[in-house]
Amino acid sequence: MNDLNGPPPPPPPAPPTRAEYCVIACAETWRGAGEILASPMGLIPSLGARLARLTFAPDLLLTDGEALLVGADGTTEGWLPYRRHLDLVTGGRRHVMMGASQLDRFGNQNISCVGDWERPRRQLLGVRGAPVNTLNNPTSYWVPRHSRRVFVERVDMVCGVGYDRAAAHPGAARFHRIARVVSDLGVFDFATPDRSMRLASLHPGVDVEQVLAATGFAPAVPDEVPTTREPTGAELRLIREVLDPGGTRAREVPEPGPATGAAAGTGTAAAGTGPAAAGTGAGA
Amino acid sequence: MADKTMTADEAVSRLESGMTLGIGGWGSRRKPMALVRAVLRAGIGDLTVVSCGGPDVGMLAAAGRVRRLVAAFVTLDSVPLEPHYRAARESGALELTELDEAMFLWGLRAAAHRLPFLPVRAGIGSDVMRVNPGLRTVTSPYDDGETFVAVPALRLDAALVHVNRADRQGNGQYLGPDPYFDDLFCAAAKAAYVSCERIVDTAELTKAAAPQTLLVGRHTVTGVVEAPNGAHFTSCAPDYGRDEPFQREYASTPWPQFAQRFLGGDEQAYRAAVRAWQEERS
Repeated sequence: MNDLNGPPPPPPPAPPTRAEYCVIACAETWRGAGEILASPMGLIPSLGARLARLTFAPDLLLTDGEALLVGADGTTEGWLPYRRHLDLVTGGRRHVMMGASQLDRFGNQNISCVGDWERPRRQLLGVRGAPVNTLNNPTSYWVPRHSRRVFVERVDMVCGVGYDRAAAHPGAARFHRIARVVSDLGVFDFATPDRSMRLASLHPGVDVEQVLAATGFAPAVPDEVPTTREPTGAELRLIREVLDPGGTRAREVPEPGPATGAAAGTGTAAAGTGPAAAGTGAGA
Repeated sequence: MADKTMTADEAVSRLESGMTLGIGGWGSRRKPMALVRAVLRAGIGDLTVVSCGGPDVGMLAAAGRVRRLVAAFVTLDSVPLEPHYRAARESGALELTELDEAMFLWGLRAAAHRLPFLPVRAGIGSDVMRVNPGLRTVTSPYDDGETFVAVPALRLDAALVHVNRADRQGNGQYLGPDPYFDDLFCAAAKAAYVSCERIVDTAELTKAAAPQTLLVGRHTVTGVVEAPNGAHFTSCAPDYGRDEPFQREYASTPWPQFAQRFLGGDEQAYRAAVRAWQEERS
């Protein structure tokens, strides 16, 4: 009888976690990007870039986090020390996903310091390559803990240039484009008449009120807000078995508890000004 | 040909308070730490430091030797925020010229090329322009008419860099994956002091390595210092990686305590103090 039945079917995979929706939303940043460098800062953007490379964006270039360009299996295929990385930025063949200690409605980003620049309350990394990045290649942002501390009305020091400031310099900003902002609550873009931030999709389990409560300005909210797309079975297997078998993604974005809203908070966590923005330079 | 070998203390004896000092490496990678320790011993201060900042900046700032820093960032890499630099900024202990990374690189290139500035498409629209009111722009003289930032040359009185190997004449070789901006620091400086893990005969340099590893040319070098483990505790690939436990100790110890235990004597005393610390932990 057993012979006729064959082996038992594998158990269905566990449903996607919040961290896995974030990986998918980050991966989508590089859909259709072609043969350019994907520069992800942070764990979940890195998983997203590698997932994109393994699936729908096979021509992407990736680094080892230092000076080498590597294939999906880690094979060295090129040399990209910091100075060449900066040359590549100015050539435009790159889409960077940076962190942000502060981000405003027009996508101005701060990773330099909090408070008055002359004598900051909190000194952070410094502007790094954010000014050159935002004037030269498409830029997106990743915020692992969406809070009013990060999403602010005005940033204290403009490092990455937002749409309002780009509009004031049409010549210098002719290559300026902020594609998307991915947070642990949803995806945002700037597809509005004044290029201010718009809620583009909510991760499953998040509602609009939760996003508004955790955002220090009022983003545009369409009448019908889509849901961040589901990962395919193959994508889930790649994330879980190939890219992050140790499950480190859950440390960057923990699974929200049954009492939803905990993740939204009002920004008591230090995430916004902490090391989340590490490695936001051109090359790191 | 001139034999340029000297000790770290001899090299640093040629520096003066008030100088503009470029320091090679990047973050907590291949920093000329033995030379930085010699600067700390020598009591030189009032410095303008130009650096892709790491613990070099943290230590010099903590010791009160920096009047002004020129940088795009300061980080210890595995410890994202440099604690002593942060303390110095938050207490208003130093002035800062905060530049974008590309502006920093273009500024070094301008100095190396003896140009007053180079145009770069970076900075416009950002607060780098607000916090550097002296920055000027330049308009393309061609039909496009685009406006760029004219990054002023980052001219240096002296440069300090650390490489893997060098010969006695000052040809410096890096064997790791990234040259950082070390050759540009040397070319942008009136005098450059290169420390290395090991001094070898010139012929030895390319016996097992490709000629493009010869990063620093002797025509840009004033002094060569043999400093084994001279980047410690930063990394010096492939000779050694970063000493992460010791970096954590540096980052978590109040500066006076750290300086007293590890920086009270010469480089031999430093190594002995680090060994004693390591034995204590094992």
